[in-house]
Amino acid sequence: MAGKPEGGMPRASIKTKRTFLLLALLSIATLLLAIAMAVSIGEMTIPIITTFKAVANRLFDANFAVSRLQEGVIWDYRMSRALVAAACGAALALSGVILQALLRNPLAEPYVLGISAGASTGAVAVMILGVGYGVLTLSSGAFIGALVAFALVSVLAAGSGGSHERIILAGVAGSQLFNALTSYIVTTSANAEQARGVMFWLLGSLGGVRWPDVYLAAPVALGGFVVCLFHARALDAFTFGSDAAASLGIPVTRVRIVLIGLTSLMTAAMVSIVGSIGFVGLVIPHAARFIVGPGHLRLIPASAMAGAIFMVLADIVSRIIIPQQILPIGVVTALFGAPAFAFILYRARRAV
Amino acid sequence: MSISVKEASWAISNKPIVDSVTLGVETGQMLGLLGPNGSGKSSLLRLICGLRRVESGVITLGDQEISRIPRAQLSRRIALVEQQATTDAHISVEEVVRLGRTPHRGPLSPWTVTDEEAVAHALDSAGMTSKRARSWHTLSGGERQRVHIARALAQTPTELLLDEPTNHLDIQHQLDILSLVAKLPVTSVVALHDLNLAAMFCDRIAILQHGRVVAIGTPETVLTEDLIAEVFGVRTYVDRSPHHGRPHIHFLTRGG
Repeated sequence: MAGKPEGGMPRASIKTKRTFLLLALLSIATLLLAIAMAVSIGEMTIPIITTFKAVANRLFDANFAVSRLQEGVIWDYRMSRALVAAACGAALALSGVILQALLRNPLAEPYVLGISAGASTGAVAVMILGVGYGVLTLSSGAFIGALVAFALVSVLAAGSGGSHERIILAGVAGSQLFNALTSYIVTTSANAEQARGVMFWLLGSLGGVRWPDVYLAAPVALGGFVVCLFHARALDAFTFGSDAAASLGIPVTRVRIVLIGLTSLMTAAMVSIVGSIGFVGLVIPHAARFIVGPGHLRLIPASAMAGAIFMVLADIVSRIIIPQQILPIGVVTALFGAPAFAFILYRARRAV
Repeated sequence: MSISVKEASWAISNKPIVDSVTLGVETGQMLGLLGPNGSGKSSLLRLICGLRRVESGVITLGDQEISRIPRAQLSRRIALVEQQATTDAHISVEEVVRLGRTPHRGPLSPWTVTDEEAVAHALDSAGMTSKRARSWHTLSGGERQRVHIARALAQTPTELLLDEPTNHLDIQHQLDILSLVAKLPVTSVVALHDLNLAAMFCDRIAILQHGRVVAIGTPETVLTEDLIAEVFGVRTYVDRSPHHGRPHIHFLTRGG
């Protein structure tokens, strides 16, 4: 055997630690470039160099000459939007990694399992019905909705025999139920303007994102990343199922509660800011696995970075694909994600 | 005594699965668990390695009660090979065996020389060193079982539990796996279906029926025509094999 294996499990595609570090640096550079592009591209095109100057002005008090209008657009609108997109992509991809490992199902992700739909219902209940009497915020409403959805889907899956395939069917049923509940609340209780806003938000929209959203999205994504990384070995141990994990000394119940709580939290935070965006959690982990292999110590950072880059790029596409109009970002991710879903389904069938 | 089970019981919704089982395994011995489907073999193995908790009774490893041993510490001592455990992940033989080091490592601790040596030794003991880079999905059933045994050995256990390790294997690989287990320098408990293979390889045999131990002892004392008829419902003629000296069970058809 040439070359001693280093680090975690995967050596399938990436041979050494050095290649992995190189890839990590490359992906950070790509993410920064993508964010810079996202900030520059738009109705008012701003040269990338101006973007860098404006950022340098804010962060390091560098006194570059940038027009106040440009600096305002860059800083107040586009930068916050790009950062939320990145955080959201990373969090959704991490949720996908967790669910696919814990449920041992390649199709598991928050959107497919109905967790996003549950979070939407929770958020809409707070927003329109005023559930929680002003004590519950939109995000905590979404969090409760996400947990309820996950509980319901788990019970449905367990009741139908508990096989790993069943949970996807249970997720479909859960999605339908919560989408119906959301529509019910919107049509019976919302006024026309609220209804229009909710429908646009449900498709996934970064339009109304401002800095306060960054202060929610970024810590959730970063915190989620750290917790995930801390559980990388535990997720590896689930490769042959939960009994195998337990016999390797993993506290299975505790790990499940922590990680499923984390997934619900990340999904809820992102849904409450940008609406339910599908397929990122499905496609990105598979793409990352293809590059760095199945070991979670590498899969987790790779998925987080790939998710962040993908969402920032998807946001750019959503803004430029139709001139003078902004497509909901959920539509863009679904246009990429649905074919990928079909492809994974096809491969899963052949592998059996 | 390496493993000692006293009056252990475990039930699913008031239906007893393991019913007041008492048995012991001496250090270094291989104990065969025999019994029809649903007699509680798998459940008993899961109780012994702490995956399920006994409702009453006591299970001890050495002089420690397993319910008092923390999860991670327990899995550094006792390893389980499940029947037919598989995965969709594109994972190599060596990566599977490395999973066996999980109980020895912290969440972020680096891979050490000890880990590397344990994996190399485990691969070697299971005869899989030359196939360490192979993908899991290209392996035959017998090779997969060997990889699982190697993974269990990488935990460096003193006790090894195997749940029907020879299921769905052809006869060559059944013999292969059992002689491998018999040679390992650990205490082992093996759930088996084949009476003749159990007689050939096990030091002692326990026969389970409806969750209870109905007989335990050396193959010669346990595998009698009467007991086999009572537990398995088949007619047999048992003699001593002139080739390996162990009991040999001839199955008789209903008419013969």
